[in-house]
Amino acid sequence: MEFHTRQEKAQEEAIDANPASLNDSEPRPITEDLPLRRSEDLLLNMGPQHPATHGVLRVVLELEGEKIIKATPDLGYLHRGVEKLCEGLTYQQVIPHTDRLDYICSMTNNFAYVRAVEKLLGVSIPERGEYVRTIIAEMQRIVGHLFWLGTQALDIGAMTVFFWTFREREVLLDLFEQVCGARLTMNYFRIGGVNGDLSPEVILRLRKFLKEFPSKIDEYDRLLLNNRIWISRTKDIAVISAEDAVDFGLTGPVLRGSGVYYDIRKAEPYAAYGKVEWDVPLGSKGDTYDRYWVRMQEMKQSARIIAQCLDQLPEGPILTDVPQVVAPPKEKVMQDMQSLIHHFIIFTEGFRPPKGEVYCATEAPKGELGFSIVSDGGPKPYRLKIRSPSFVHLGAFDHMARGYMIADIVTIFGTYDIVMGECDR
Amino acid sequence: MNSEVVQKIQEKFPSEFIQANEFRNDWTVVVKPDRIVEIAQFLRDDPELAFDHLSDVFSVDYPGRSASGGERFEVVYQLNSIQKRHRLRLSTGLREDPCEIDSVYPVWKAAGFLEREVYDLMGIRFRNHPDLRRIFLPEDFDGHPLRKEYPAEGKGWRNTFEFLPTEEPQT
Repeated sequence: MEFHTRQEKAQEEAIDANPASLNDSEPRPITEDLPLRRSEDLLLNMGPQHPATHGVLRVVLELEGEKIIKATPDLGYLHRGVEKLCEGLTYQQVIPHTDRLDYICSMTNNFAYVRAVEKLLGVSIPERGEYVRTIIAEMQRIVGHLFWLGTQALDIGAMTVFFWTFREREVLLDLFEQVCGARLTMNYFRIGGVNGDLSPEVILRLRKFLKEFPSKIDEYDRLLLNNRIWISRTKDIAVISAEDAVDFGLTGPVLRGSGVYYDIRKAEPYAAYGKVEWDVPLGSKGDTYDRYWVRMQEMKQSARIIAQCLDQLPEGPILTDVPQVVAPPKEKVMQDMQSLIHHFIIFTEGFRPPKGEVYCATEAPKGELGFSIVSDGGPKPYRLKIRSPSFVHLGAFDHMARGYMIADIVTIFGTYDIVMGECDR
Repeated sequence: MNSEVVQKIQEKFPSEFIQANEFRNDWTVVVKPDRIVEIAQFLRDDPELAFDHLSDVFSVDYPGRSASGGERFEVVYQLNSIQKRHRLRLSTGLREDPCEIDSVYPVWKAAGFLEREVYDLMGIRFRNHPDLRRIFLPEDFDGHPLRKEYPAEGKGWRNTFEFLPTEEPQT
């Protein structure tokens, strides 16, 4: 990158050609055909340590004044080689690693992974297990969207929203803690079901939360919709058309913000999504504001789904009865020799799924989270590929950022709901 | 859908089609790598197939096949149709040398990043890719870690520190 203006360059060349001219006392005339306004492209390095990048992401921006000509994302600062690690782990041992992908929404990652393994095994889940999974996944969706809303507003400059959304997020994280003992890296889902049942107290607290939650969403709306800065910084920013969004492989709220009706929960209903009533909110223009609106509506729909699931919640087991895959209950392990041996075998040798290849997509808060598993019949996955929405979304970053101002970059980061742990894997 | 999709591909590209199989209600179509862009274009543009959404591109390494003269790598395109609501797994085999295939970026722009990842971690080169650089690892990184011969645990920069004991102390 040359940082000389053309005018200075011409002067330098003139001096090079005739060094004696430097001693001339008269000022040299400026050549007429050279523009007097300085014009130069600027290369700006943004990140990897920047508060608005939600992790460590570096973007090289080519600027013309304040306008972005080209934005090149540079990833990999959080690459931990999860896919390579998984090739050396048994199928159960992979579950805690999926927690660390999208650490904001670890429950959904667990869910996506165990679904892929269950598809490979051909195992079905008891009904109560499916409902519990749906409830937990939707709670996680609300947590993810609340986190997104808080940070997006903070990036744009509305600080209060952050504290308000984290207030509600805290309630849900406390519930998670009560359900599985952890707040962020949950490791709650098991192949064949879930780790623990919802206690009556959890259900009571969840119902109380659901009663208050819709009014809280209206509160956020009131905070932001009357805010002129919020409106002018989100409307008509980072517009992507429906065709482009599909072409770039976008999924989730980013795709629905452009008005494409595609939600895996509706297209290929899994868990209990087919048994409850809910709507898919769609945007129209595909700008940042539409994506904001879609996510706000999705939180309301998630609350609807959870309420219906709690009403319909059947009695029964939460883990499937397939002894080859599922470990026996802990009480039995402590008393019964056969169960102890069974437990030991499951956790030392793992299980051997049939030979085959599966791809299983789950609707995560950020988009389509897919796990491809190639099994060679052994106890460890031969190859495990994670299709993370954040990574695919970043592929469209350049397309969406071109032509906007440099201040809009943080808005565009935020509007994808990017988490670099998932993106870099 | 499914079996009709497979039939259509077989009719359109009889010389490229190798086999198709079903596992857990998902169809996999294995084709030859040479005309992959044409096949991709057909899959996207045919109104009955309409695979407009490329979900994923990834590769699998089978070093054992290479020894017996077969194709070592497998590149898998996970396709999805938002209009028609069906999925297809398009798979193709690649020899170790030259490890090259045409990029499907002209068909689906999503392939831009996904193919870069395959190149970075598996070392498969994509012809006519607009920006084929490493994506996760640094430019000067040696090797492609998802290949089976690459160790999951290995020596890193830390092992070059002289002040660290290199061997277990003798007892």
